[in-house]
Amino acid sequence: MGAKTLYDKLWEAHRVREDADGTALIYIDRHLVHEVTSPQAFEGLRLAGRTLWRRDSVLAVPDHNVPTTQRRDGVAGIADPVARIQVETLDRNCTDFAITEFHMDDARQGIVHVIGPEQGATLPGMTVVCGDSHTSTHGAFGALAFGIGTSEVEHVLATQCLIQKKSKNMQVRVEGDIGTGVTAKDLVLAIIGAIGTAGGTGYAIEFAGSAIEALSLEGRMTVCNMAIEAGARAGMIAVDQKTIDYIKGRPFAPGGEQWDAAVEYWRTLVSDEGAEFDRIVTLDAGLIRPQVTWGTSPEMVVAITGVVPDPEAETDSVKQSGMRKALDYMQLMPGTPITDIQLDRVFIGSCTNSRIEDLRAAASVASGRKVAANIKQAMVVPGSGLVKRQAEAEGLDRIFIEAGFEWREPGCSMCLAMNADRLQPGERCASTSNRNFEGRQGGGGRTHLVGPAMAAAAAVAGHFIDIRELDEPV
Amino acid sequence: MEKFSVLNGLVAPLDRPNVDTDAIIPKQYLKSVKRTGFGPNLFDDWRYLDPGEPGQDHSQRRLNPDFVLNQPRYAGAQILLGRENFGCGSSREHAVWALEDAGFRVVIAPGFADIFFNNCFKNGVLPIVLDAEIMDRLFAEVEACEGYRLKVDLEAQSLTTPAGEVIGFEVDEFRKYCLLNGLDDIGLTLQHVDEIRAYEERRRQQAPWLFGAE
Repeated sequence: MGAKTLYDKLWEAHRVREDADGTALIYIDRHLVHEVTSPQAFEGLRLAGRTLWRRDSVLAVPDHNVPTTQRRDGVAGIADPVARIQVETLDRNCTDFAITEFHMDDARQGIVHVIGPEQGATLPGMTVVCGDSHTSTHGAFGALAFGIGTSEVEHVLATQCLIQKKSKNMQVRVEGDIGTGVTAKDLVLAIIGAIGTAGGTGYAIEFAGSAIEALSLEGRMTVCNMAIEAGARAGMIAVDQKTIDYIKGRPFAPGGEQWDAAVEYWRTLVSDEGAEFDRIVTLDAGLIRPQVTWGTSPEMVVAITGVVPDPEAETDSVKQSGMRKALDYMQLMPGTPITDIQLDRVFIGSCTNSRIEDLRAAASVASGRKVAANIKQAMVVPGSGLVKRQAEAEGLDRIFIEAGFEWREPGCSMCLAMNADRLQPGERCASTSNRNFEGRQGGGGRTHLVGPAMAAAAAVAGHFIDIRELDEPV
Repeated sequence: MEKFSVLNGLVAPLDRPNVDTDAIIPKQYLKSVKRTGFGPNLFDDWRYLDPGEPGQDHSQRRLNPDFVLNQPRYAGAQILLGRENFGCGSSREHAVWALEDAGFRVVIAPGFADIFFNNCFKNGVLPIVLDAEIMDRLFAEVEACEGYRLKVDLEAQSLTTPAGEVIGFEVDEFRKYCLLNGLDDIGLTLQHVDEIRAYEERRRQQAPWLFGAE
């Protein structure tokens, strides 16, 4: 074989067997489990009298249903009885099957896609799966990481493998210097705007180019996180020195002699010179401005300097009708400047943007300013207990609280509103999460996706503003 | 898993692109620890005028007369027509469980999101990809003809319209075999236990840091 892509290498390293038609059995190194998509899988194991293939590969955490108001009461503090049963079910399954779980009152608890990397449980060269589509996040470490359904959760628990066919290779290159005020979130929203929400369907996407290389691991996680919003189950980025530095010393990371051997292997996790991709898309980083979504699909995105688009200008009739439905739901008129859109709530959090770097970016905007009077609520939800602790050590919590933001306990929170944090019908939210679908943040709620600094700036102004034109705080 | 061979079913149209799994089954119903009972909440936000919560008697809620699937002519439909990127978003298998529970065994669209597509096959639901032009025609025919049915033959990989037109479709051989026979993936994979163990042993030599201290 000649030159290989990163995805080719990861695929081949995990192929247990492959049939003539390309149907393969792929070995899974790390299985992350949360409370929502796992109960039926454990029940399936029990009904079939099966057990876990390799329990040391599994790490579990409750995140979707957990309240963000307080943790002192643990599971008993979940007011919703249906949600409480789900978290209790996870606890019981982890006890019964002897799985490592970070319980609700554990400082290490947090959003599953934040704690995996934070603990070093996500490593380069691994296959990482979870019953959650944003598992693509972990690809930022040169891992093959993708979301699976509950039947596949059960399949991995029982066999340590998945039945798959290889995806096609796509490379998305973002070249050049990123402008001031432009973040990883803006890059990935611009990518989705360019290729569409189905643009990556059937592909594994490798993000590359100088603008991607320049990102921190936090930023790379934000980019890979939203690969699924471009239709690709897996997004990934080659290993470099930053990747290795990030991992060193983390609790689940290898140490001693194994560390050196691991690093030697990890350095091979890059696409070879001349490796062939089925599709290559190139974007100029210098042209990307802060992004805001206007519709009900992440591809419905424009720059902050833009206006709400006009469906009349769309020639594809299916797309045009989709735009009309989106504008009707969002209650927006074509031609409205994005900066004229008034907001009701602001949410800073989610597996996309709840890491320390995101909170620092938001706090730097919030510092010395106040949340605008028309904003009913501005919430900051750290991605994990350890992110929260770090932020508090840096004094970020005080900056947020003084500015009028609420400082919460970690969890998925208002990204998908399974817990009590949600929009009321008709409310409009600037959100650092990943999906602007109808009702995603609460029935009838309207979501605009942005990066963390843009969200904080929107909270302060009461409407969207260009972060690059923010005045100095008085 | 229930077998799938031939289905002659009523067809319902859902004419919008990017139907996401949040729309198929909203988040509040994902709190269930069961696989069944999601049918009444399929497309919940579109289907009802009032908000719903788990445990509620959904038969007492106000139906949205403007939602296409609430039209009496589509009651009992087993085949759903969709548009581009059907099933995008979250990996929740509950979306397929809800479709199946509501009686749908086939979804036909010009494109599906990968995870949803995969989840369908694990639950005896057949997702069929057809060209956008053929989809346009099917949407028009369904709209024009009340009681429009399609015969779906998985073995022959064909759809037959009421006028007798036969439309072929592609399906992965392995997935077809599993669906025709109602096979459990886990049982099939466990036929390869020796190969999995051999792989694991090799891997443990090459990358010992991937294995815990068990």
